[in-house]
Amino acid sequence: MKKNIMSLIIWISLLVIPVLISGQNLLIKNGTVLTVTKGTIPKGDILILDGIIKRIGENLEAPEGVRVVDASGRYVIPGIIDSHTHIAITAVNEGSEAVTPEVRIRDVLNAEDTAIYTALSGGVTMIHTMHGSGNPIGGQNIVLKMKWGRPAEEMIVPEAFRTLKFALGENVKQANFYTPVLRYPQSRMGVNAIIRRELLKAKNYMEQWDRYLKVKKSKKSAKILLPPRKNLRMEALADVLRGKMMARCHSYRADETLEFINLSKELGFKIACFEHASEAFKIAKELSAERIGISIFLDNWAYKIEAYEGIAYNAAYCTKKGVLVSINSDSSERIRRLFNDAAKAMKYGGLSEEEALKLITINPAIQLGVERIAGSLEVNKHGDIAIFNEHPLSAYTRCEMTIIEGEVYFDRAQYLKEREEMTKKKPNEEKKKKGEEI
Amino acid sequence: MIKKTIIFPALLIMVFFCISQETASDLIAIKGATIIPVAGEDIPEGDILIRQGLIEDLGKDINIPLNARVIAAKGLYAYPGMIDSLCYLGLSEIMVLRSTVDHRETGRINPQLKTVEALRPDSVHIPIARANGITAALVAPSGSLITGQSGLIRLVGWTPEEMVIKSPVAMHIEFPSLPRRFGERETEPCEESSKRVEELKKILNDARYYAKRKEVARKNLLFPFPEFDEGLEFLIPVVKGELPAMISVHMEKDIKAAIKFVEEEKIKAIFFGVEQGWRVAEDLKKAGIPVILSSLNNMPPEWEDGYDGIYRNAAVLHKAGVKFAFSSQSSSMAKDLPYHAAKAAAFGLERKEALKGVTINPAEMLGVNHLMGSLERGKIANIVLADGDILELRTNIKHVFIDGKEMDLSTKFTRLLEKFKKRN
Repeated sequence: MKKNIMSLIIWISLLVIPVLISGQNLLIKNGTVLTVTKGTIPKGDILILDGIIKRIGENLEAPEGVRVVDASGRYVIPGIIDSHTHIAITAVNEGSEAVTPEVRIRDVLNAEDTAIYTALSGGVTMIHTMHGSGNPIGGQNIVLKMKWGRPAEEMIVPEAFRTLKFALGENVKQANFYTPVLRYPQSRMGVNAIIRRELLKAKNYMEQWDRYLKVKKSKKSAKILLPPRKNLRMEALADVLRGKMMARCHSYRADETLEFINLSKELGFKIACFEHASEAFKIAKELSAERIGISIFLDNWAYKIEAYEGIAYNAAYCTKKGVLVSINSDSSERIRRLFNDAAKAMKYGGLSEEEALKLITINPAIQLGVERIAGSLEVNKHGDIAIFNEHPLSAYTRCEMTIIEGEVYFDRAQYLKEREEMTKKKPNEEKKKKGEEI
Repeated sequence: MIKKTIIFPALLIMVFFCISQETASDLIAIKGATIIPVAGEDIPEGDILIRQGLIEDLGKDINIPLNARVIAAKGLYAYPGMIDSLCYLGLSEIMVLRSTVDHRETGRINPQLKTVEALRPDSVHIPIARANGITAALVAPSGSLITGQSGLIRLVGWTPEEMVIKSPVAMHIEFPSLPRRFGERETEPCEESSKRVEELKKILNDARYYAKRKEVARKNLLFPFPEFDEGLEFLIPVVKGELPAMISVHMEKDIKAAIKFVEEEKIKAIFFGVEQGWRVAEDLKKAGIPVILSSLNNMPPEWEDGYDGIYRNAAVLHKAGVKFAFSSQSSSMAKDLPYHAAKAAAFGLERKEALKGVTINPAEMLGVNHLMGSLERGKIANIVLADGDILELRTNIKHVFIDGKEMDLSTKFTRLLEKFKKRN
């Protein structure tokens, strides 16, 4: 009997779960489809069923009841991915201490942040929203889809890597702002030393637990054997050392970047990506050999001394040297024009159109560990798509529609319609107000 | 006999020397470019003749002297050099390092400050802006109420003096902002901010009175000559209508108040910022006040403006007949000036008008349209040769001329790149 009930529950949940997680159906027709990984289709269609791209081709027919979006004369690209932001959250830095890997961005999500809509208006469908760069070891980041209007839990992308923010240089030295009390570290020596100290502590913690579990297993154990004290900070760092979580390291200067690579080898953890990496072009050789990507500004520079050699050629040069490069916004404004920044990589360093588009699509997808579901237009990937009126790498372009899992989250035509209705309504409202005043 | 044989070749050499000297630097012919003069129709495959820093002639089949240095520009596009209507080039090197930032002074009333006197000709940002086709820029002060005098500079020169085209161009004023609602809460009591507009009016009134007292005292020895007042002395050209006030103003209510202020004070004015200008375009048109838009990379000041409030601002203003120009509002990103114009074009402004917003419009507003802003006979030869549309992101700038002299287009970007290319 019990077994029957259990199987019934399993059956029901199997039936219900797909309905809960599945997206919408949509057919996009007659657009210039820039797949990013599989070339361009001049007049292509994309069929999305249950949020997944089922077919890409020409002259596709819409199954009954499926909404059709006419994209003729328009450009269809994979949804843009921002590898480094701090939007859709209510707190960025846990600044009280220099080491805080136990704090989680997941705990401070804000689904009502208007920056989500701003992101959508620039064709962005997925972001990596991160702990700030105030601490040498910051907090745990999270990857979200920009499902404006949905609860935060529905935005989380479970397929993505788990990542922990590290930071080096001026910010963690607290060099550019006043603090009433000096906090260790205040130098780049201190920054490296504190990271080493904490990871050695974590190793120690892991050893204590291993020893405890081993003794406990052996059955000969004394019954009075106490487990080590659980420590969430150490648990997080242990996950980094076990390879369950990867480092995303904020780092401007070439020298400190190399030192962090050395630390990762010394202590045995994986670096997913370097953030900002203004001077990556100086060490493209090492980054390429270590297969570590960079997530950078295209040309935002010279706002502090460690960004004073951040040349606009960085992205193209490193790409050509075999480094995986993505362009990030790190801003609730720049996020709406990442496609403009990508285009600049053609001017500064001569990337091809496809290489430039990769900087904001498949490259960040790889860096976030979501290349199986996003970052390019391919069958079986999620239906995350942005549609532009002109080529997305033109300065004159404008995002017309942003789609996540087949559902339209931003539609300029709809926005214009609503705006017009608003302005029509307004005079009446004003009259009403005046009436009240009288 | 011997003398004659010496003199004649000597003369020849001298004549040749004179000609060749002019050839070397003063006489340049750009041949075969698509000319976009901004004033007038585009000229496909035209030539431009530059003599002694000025545009002597341009058009199809113009006379080109044999000794001119020829620049083959087939396939390239010739544009007038762009003008950044408000930036901090030469005044701000590294934003967070106070030691390198000189456009902001302490205190609220600083009409005596002149930005061009703090100019650093060696700023790395100047050659970068220049290599992107910008040849002149208004360098402006910032601060809290009356912030100082801006100047127009050419983006080349060894000393600040060599760079100045015109100074002062305008007296910069931050217009006090009226209270606005955030939800149900007013940001500050109404009296406070209207008091601050009153304060500004009083200062101008004092300046008028101060000028009058000086005038009267000069004519009549019986009247005492007023004590020197720095805060008023430098405002005299503003109240006399000789120097325009550049009034930084942003929200709808404030713009309306600023229009009223300008009309009451009878001063010449240019507005800067004007992020909600699209809401009051008709009022601006009626007042005849031109507008310098702040960076289009600012977010709309209010959510109700819609996501594209800033982007479509220029198009709405232009439609209403308001003169506008674009600005970078930056130093390290001054190079991106053309993309602000392109963004406005993406949101409804005709591309030709967008181009005017970085060329002839600012020239007119800043009072230098007889010198620059378009490619016309007699204007300064500030010319950019590009391999495409100058407002496009991918376009490469191939030659830049300022005052008819070809510029070196290497920058800190290119120099660092070349240095590290050598590392294998």
